[in-house]
Amino acid sequence: MTSGRIKRIMLGGIGRDNPVFAQVLGICSTLAVTNVLRNTVVMCLGLVFTLALSNLTVSALRRLMPARVRMMAEVLVIACYVIIVDIALKALAPDISRQLGPYVGLIITNCIVMGRAEAFALSNPPLPSLADGVAAGIGYSCVLLVIAFFRELLGSGTVWGARVLGEWWTNWAIMVMAPGAFFMLAVFIWIVKGAIPRAGNAAGKESGKQ
Amino acid sequence: MSAEPAAVSLIVSSSPHAHSGASVRRIMLDVIIALVPALAVGLYLFGWNALRLVVVCVSACVLIEALCRKAMGRDPGVGDLSAVVTGVLLAFNLPPALPGWMAVIGCVFAIAVAKQIFGGLGYNPFNPALVGRAMLLVSFPVHMTTWAVPARLASVLEPARTAVDAVTMATPLGWAKTSLSAGNALPLALDSVATAWEFFAGFKPGCIGETSGLALLIGAAYLLYRRCIGWQTPVFFVGAVAVFAAILWRVDPARNLHPVFHVLTGGVMIGAFFMATDMVTSPVTRAGMAVFGAGCGVITMLIRAWGGYPEGVSFAILLMNAVTPLINKATRPRVFGHGRRK
Repeated sequence: MTSGRIKRIMLGGIGRDNPVFAQVLGICSTLAVTNVLRNTVVMCLGLVFTLALSNLTVSALRRLMPARVRMMAEVLVIACYVIIVDIALKALAPDISRQLGPYVGLIITNCIVMGRAEAFALSNPPLPSLADGVAAGIGYSCVLLVIAFFRELLGSGTVWGARVLGEWWTNWAIMVMAPGAFFMLAVFIWIVKGAIPRAGNAAGKESGKQ
Repeated sequence: MSAEPAAVSLIVSSSPHAHSGASVRRIMLDVIIALVPALAVGLYLFGWNALRLVVVCVSACVLIEALCRKAMGRDPGVGDLSAVVTGVLLAFNLPPALPGWMAVIGCVFAIAVAKQIFGGLGYNPFNPALVGRAMLLVSFPVHMTTWAVPARLASVLEPARTAVDAVTMATPLGWAKTSLSAGNALPLALDSVATAWEFFAGFKPGCIGETSGLALLIGAAYLLYRRCIGWQTPVFFVGAVAVFAAILWRVDPARNLHPVFHVLTGGVMIGAFFMATDMVTSPVTRAGMAVFGAGCGVITMLIRAWGGYPEGVSFAILLMNAVTPLINKATRPRVFGHGRRK
């Protein structure tokens, strides 16, 4: 549990093991909430919060949970945090809460949260689990923010609600709709996979030669 | 070996031993030749605007194809002319007044996203030109449904022209849909054979290449003669549209257009003969082609009669593209020497 390990976990979650473009998890919310940057940021904050704390809690409870009912226990833990996020959002930012609609509540079923709890928190001590949750959350957020930035820019000509493209700009209606998110995500994954694993491929080739 | 005089040279090679001479390039060239009559009508009706769009689309498609192939490490050749065909077909499915940069976006989508990402020619599950058109239609609904009026108009449409606008007007299908959804009666009727002929010849607003059924049929006849397309797809496509429309028309002539009208307007002709017959994205068996064509026709009429859009040909073909592998599987012929399927 050295700081080197935590650093590795953090980097992995954002880059090589990124939940969205490497594991292709959490796609439903990626498609649903990324048409406006502001909503996306709120969603990302909610997810990082839930993911970090549920990982921490599940990890702390991992020796107390009977293996047979661990899924149920995990869902209960996750649901607690999601409800906190939902209630806080309703109180502090009611209109964003309304725009996000059911998607805040649906963080419970976000595959990333369950996936990290199952794959990491159940077999690791609390502190690395917390780091892993934060890392996966940030990795998710990075992808969503990039996609949301381009979708809002192309679909509405705005960034964070402020008009950046002039009158000459014609909005691409498809970018505001769910298909636009599919295309955006696919293109994003395409670009990233083309750029990032080049290092991995090169290493693989070298080891292959030996 | 070469030093010895070979009295009998025995060459063993694998099949095919006799080649028909057909190649991708030749087939694509045939399609381009077949599209010339419709292109001529489009240029005659819409003038320089149409020429501009065709040139923009073809050059953009060829350029993007070359760039994509180079970027993906494939042979960067565009000599198979398939990008040219996609460019022409995409331009044919655009309204003549569309801004050029929008057409270029459509081309990028058609070639890069719909074709090269899937592996290039032969691997694309959806017709690239139609994907480009669908993307443009969903993205820029206003521009994609603003129709320039051709130089000469069918007489039945004259009232609309004077009543609405001098420069642009709705297509016949769009006009009928708007009127019906507003609760009014059908604004126009196909009451004379002369009007039907005018529609058939192409004197109506619409996309560049879709207006003239006559020109498209001439091109299609050439393709049939060259055996580039099978007759099953277009016949079942047009037939399904006609039968479906006839049933609706029999039930309620006041709210449904005449079947002849349905066949002659919109993209049915270009769709049936040039888009649904795409070798890559349609079934390979004859029975499959018939199923495919009939499915396209039925979905087209479903969209026209009950959908939000006045025209549904492109979406119908794209939807049927999606089930093409299933149709192929279901209509696989019996393998020679094997027993009948139980």
